[in-house]
Amino acid sequence: MFVNRLQRLGADTIQTVAGLGRATLMLIGAVFGKPDVRKGFPLLIKQLYVVGVLSLLIIVVSGLFIGMVLGLQGYTVLVKFGAEGMLGPLVALSLLRELGPVVTALLFAGRAGSALTAEIGLMKATEQISSMEMMAVDPLRRIIAPRFWAGVISMPLLAVVFTAVGILGGHLVGVDWLGVDAGSYWSAMQANVDLYQDVFNGIIKSIVFAFVVMAIALHKGFDAVPTSEGIAKATTETVVTASLAVLAFDFVLTALMFGG
Amino acid sequence: MQAREQWMERILSDLMVDIQNLTFSRGERLIYDGMSMQVKRGQVTAIMGPSGIGKTTLLKLIGGQLKPERGDILYQGRSIPKMSRAELYQTRKSMSMLFQSGALFSEMTVFDNVAFPIREHTKLPETLIRTMVLMKLEAVGLRGARDLMPSELSGGMARRAALARAIALDPQLIMYDEPFAGQDPISMGIVVKLIRELNNALGLTSIVVSHDVPEVMSIADYVYVVAEKHVIGEGTPEQLRQHASPLVQQFLKGEADGAVPFHFKAAPYADELMELL
Repeated sequence: MFVNRLQRLGADTIQTVAGLGRATLMLIGAVFGKPDVRKGFPLLIKQLYVVGVLSLLIIVVSGLFIGMVLGLQGYTVLVKFGAEGMLGPLVALSLLRELGPVVTALLFAGRAGSALTAEIGLMKATEQISSMEMMAVDPLRRIIAPRFWAGVISMPLLAVVFTAVGILGGHLVGVDWLGVDAGSYWSAMQANVDLYQDVFNGIIKSIVFAFVVMAIALHKGFDAVPTSEGIAKATTETVVTASLAVLAFDFVLTALMFGG
Repeated sequence: MQAREQWMERILSDLMVDIQNLTFSRGERLIYDGMSMQVKRGQVTAIMGPSGIGKTTLLKLIGGQLKPERGDILYQGRSIPKMSRAELYQTRKSMSMLFQSGALFSEMTVFDNVAFPIREHTKLPETLIRTMVLMKLEAVGLRGARDLMPSELSGGMARRAALARAIALDPQLIMYDEPFAGQDPISMGIVVKLIRELNNALGLTSIVVSHDVPEVMSIADYVYVVAEKHVIGEGTPEQLRQHASPLVQQFLKGEADGAVPFHFKAAPYADELMELL
């Protein structure tokens, strides 16, 4: 009984470590492979459209609503202290430091990450990846690399869009609806937001999340068991693992950037 | 000097693929146990056997996608398992494989699929690529289907389009994985004709993995029958029909019971029925 359990623990550990190893090798192959600009650039552009532009709508809509909720909740608390003039910084700092990068990454994992996993898993199931290998074309460079870089480029941009739209959403509720003074909304924001501490740190977070989400999504697809159950499982795992990883990395990064 | 002579000898030898004492297992299951076979240049060599004995695995071993545990696979005299990644990719440019499903890239048209290997490996101008692609599509009778997407093709057409892609770079060796499986009689006839004609017209060497006995016997120059981890019979189709092994005879004639038992390994029937009483 005890030996069995120990055995299973050992097997699980070996599997996890082997999986991490494969993921790392894949990432290295995709990221540090010699890029071929002539062939790679059109592929990158196409993936930027698929991964980035097509995610724009969900990002804009979510950003707007999150900003509006922040405006509403923030106002109801701040007004008790007569501090509704601080609504601008509250909305802006929450979005820049946390909600922008984190929610974008979570939405991105759900929208683009799961789609990438399913796409690559299906390519594997229909032997497209295998046949590409047999044609002496490296699937890491042809399939994985452009998608990876498209994600890493588009996610920080999407986070910026999310944050900007969110600030406008806060303005919509706080200023246009609840009557906070527009001048104090913007000027307090300007006075309290620091370019390095808040804006750049947010963008750095977003870049880290992009690496994490893309690495997980692409690896889960590339490593999927090539059956319908296998792909379904891989897609679910992408969303779950990527979301948890984003939240965990967020805590670590926040502690490094703002703690102490 | 001696090394050079040896090299010349290997290049000039008429063996395209030489599998020596191949041992390979998947997980716990042993698939090949010390199997050997040779594929001669310019011939259609068929590998037949019951389903599930790892025929596709064999093609992946030859293509270097899997590595054998023991034994060696020589391709034009050079060991595939010992090649570096770069050498392997270089070697693969001279071989090509037709997958059972066709494995066409689903996001490209038929034309772009056939053009894919040419665009990847050459820097030819687009006008020349167009001519080459149209020639390959003409050879498989699908020139008119060049603007269709793979999802719009029937199974037989998809396999022919994949065949056009497989010969796009004029390979020396082409491996067919179950080319006759799941085809209607007409498209089966077309594929049979294409394999033979392409082999002769382009001077290819072909390996056909299949369990469709009549089709294979009609086009192959040399046949290996594989079962139970070994080659159990080999020879020209004529020699095989006279083969002494009951296993080979059972396979060729498609008998339900014989050397390969109809029943999967189990406890005695009567014992199991009585168990609950």
